Amino acid sequence: MEPLLCFPDPFPPELALALERAGYPWKAVGRPEHAESDEPEDGWSGAVVCAAPDRAAAFALCRVVRARDVPLRPLLLAVPATQLGELELREDQFDDFVVLPCAADEILARLTHLFWRTGRGLRPELIEYGPLVLNLETYQAAVAGRTLDLTFMEYELLRFLAARPGKVFTRETLLSRVWGYEYYGGARTVDVHVRRLRAKLGEEHAHLISTVRSVGYRFGQGSWAP
Amino acid sequence: MRSQQEYVLRTVEERAIRFIQLWFTDVLGTAKTFSITPAELENALEEGMTFDGSAIDGFSRVQESDVLARPDAKTFQVLPWHPDDVPVARVFCDISNLDGTPFEGCPRHVLRRTLDQAREKGFTFFAAPEIEFFYFADADPAHQPVTLDSGSYFELTASDLATDLRKRSVLTLEDMGIPVEHAQHEDAPSQHEIDLRYTDALTMADTVMTVRLVVKETAQRGGVHASFMPKPLAGVQGSGMHTHVSLFEGDKNAFHDGDDPYGLSPVAKHFTAGLLRHAPEITAVTNQWVNSYKRLVSGYEAPVHVSWARNNRSALVRVPVVKRNKFESTRIEYRAPDSACNPYLAFAVILAAGLKGIEEGSELPREAAANLYAMTPEELAAEGIRPLPGSLNEAITEMERSELVAETLGEHVFEWFIRNKRAEWTGYKTHISQFERDRYFPLL
Repeated sequence: MEPLLCFPDPFPPELALALERAGYPWKAVGRPEHAESDEPEDGWSGAVVCAAPDRAAAFALCRVVRARDVPLRPLLLAVPATQLGELELREDQFDDFVVLPCAADEILARLTHLFWRTGRGLRPELIEYGPLVLNLETYQAAVAGRTLDLTFMEYELLRFLAARPGKVFTRETLLSRVWGYEYYGGARTVDVHVRRLRAKLGEEHAHLISTVRSVGYRFGQGSWAP
Repeated sequence: MRSQQEYVLRTVEERAIRFIQLWFTDVLGTAKTFSITPAELENALEEGMTFDGSAIDGFSRVQESDVLARPDAKTFQVLPWHPDDVPVARVFCDISNLDGTPFEGCPRHVLRRTLDQAREKGFTFFAAPEIEFFYFADADPAHQPVTLDSGSYFELTASDLATDLRKRSVLTLEDMGIPVEHAQHEDAPSQHEIDLRYTDALTMADTVMTVRLVVKETAQRGGVHASFMPKPLAGVQGSGMHTHVSLFEGDKNAFHDGDDPYGLSPVAKHFTAGLLRHAPEITAVTNQWVNSYKRLVSGYEAPVHVSWARNNRSALVRVPVVKRNKFESTRIEYRAPDSACNPYLAFAVILAAGLKGIEEGSELPREAAANLYAMTPEELAAEGIRPLPGSLNEAITEMERSELVAETLGEHVFEWFIRNKRAEWTGYKTHISQFERDRYFPLL
């Protein structure tokens, strides 16, 4: 993950520590014009901007990064309670805000939520759906906190499905997208693996993968599920 | 391929796996293993682990005896039970020669080769075995096996123990991703059965090996002995491994034909005909022990004659009635194999016999209508119904003449197997049994 743009420099140490602990890479920027010059090659992943002590510079920075062709998102603004009025007519320049002083946990919770909304995670290598968590970095899967002992193909199938919740896939599609090569089992292999996965998920969570009659399989709920 | 290895290596690291068991199977179907540490794993995945094959039944050759165990990363699985509380994983291996070519003595390779033949014809082969076994109080061969629920003083507690062990085995299998269709107490005292959901035959052969191990391991933890011996007790049923088989063409069951009175397609009929025709030749493989032929006798739901039928459990091939709208489960059940066969070789010869039938367009004989156990030899002969081999000796003789089995197993396995089985028969023939002592000693 690319670093978060953090303003001002020095960034409040208690917030810096919280970001650090939660695993967010970050980089403090001292002046609005440095948002561009200090930008990492692959861009900022987002921004946390403190409107205190230098309110004018903070809003200037927000304006700069949001006026780009591709505005920087998500942007979390921290403002002292006395300056809430300043937010008026600046709605387009931030995605969420916190009122200072605030707990580090609140910043993190809001960041997590913002990243979730933008479709990116703190750890983009995580797929979470209900009780299921897949760590794409370590290849580990867990349901309701219980680690699943999956074979490679079971893991690959689960990863493919869980990354696309609600979508229905035919056996042929799954076979070509997940297996991608000729396999002894043919299209029925998919059924076999789904069965094995369900067995490992356990009775309680087996429904995460549902059979769509005469079509194929779906992970999680469909948008129009009854 | 790379990502599979990567997956295995990361999992070993993340789960703090201490040992990786390399599993493979000798020609007689005995599970073999040796353990490596995570440090050796990467090299094992890349190049395989060298070991001395001459220590393994059916692997030995006179000169070069070193072979390579090459882990099949697809089969990597963390074991749900941890010996000594140390996390352990297993991976099935293919055995190859040092130059990387497949080793002819490797049963997995024999099955792969036969599956490739099926695939060339556009078929994938599925198998679903029903594995029967017994629980006994101990493994001591010096006395008669003691069942756990034989009507003894402890019956209630003891039979609960067996049921509990079976349940625990099934749960362990499900943890390993092996779905179990049914598990039940069988007809004989202390006899149990685990029916597996169908899967491709190679995975299923691996699974059969896993099931045997899990059942034995679970029993041992419960302080009892699980046995897959074909006929451990006289006078009650033996332990069979009835195997349901079908061929698929892509997504479609190639055995099904809705317009046929039996629901069977020409492919299914030719396959069955081929299987029946070659049944006596392949019996040495599906029933490979002297003891196997104590199971294949009249009256215990084991097949004795080469025949097929829909609803007749004395037949060798049974065609189960398929529920409406469940046509994809159309299949035939081959009832000869016992739970002590080598599943890789057994599935290979069953498939090869069936494919031969398809190739030659073999004609399916008439369905056996009556209970075959009740028919006299003359009646059977009049119907043209041949018997299955009655002993290991007869089976070996049939097999020796079989081009089909020689081709399927390959020269190395074929030749070693016959030699080994002849030796077993000689050992048995020269043995003086209790039967003879009881009958003859006081009298003659």
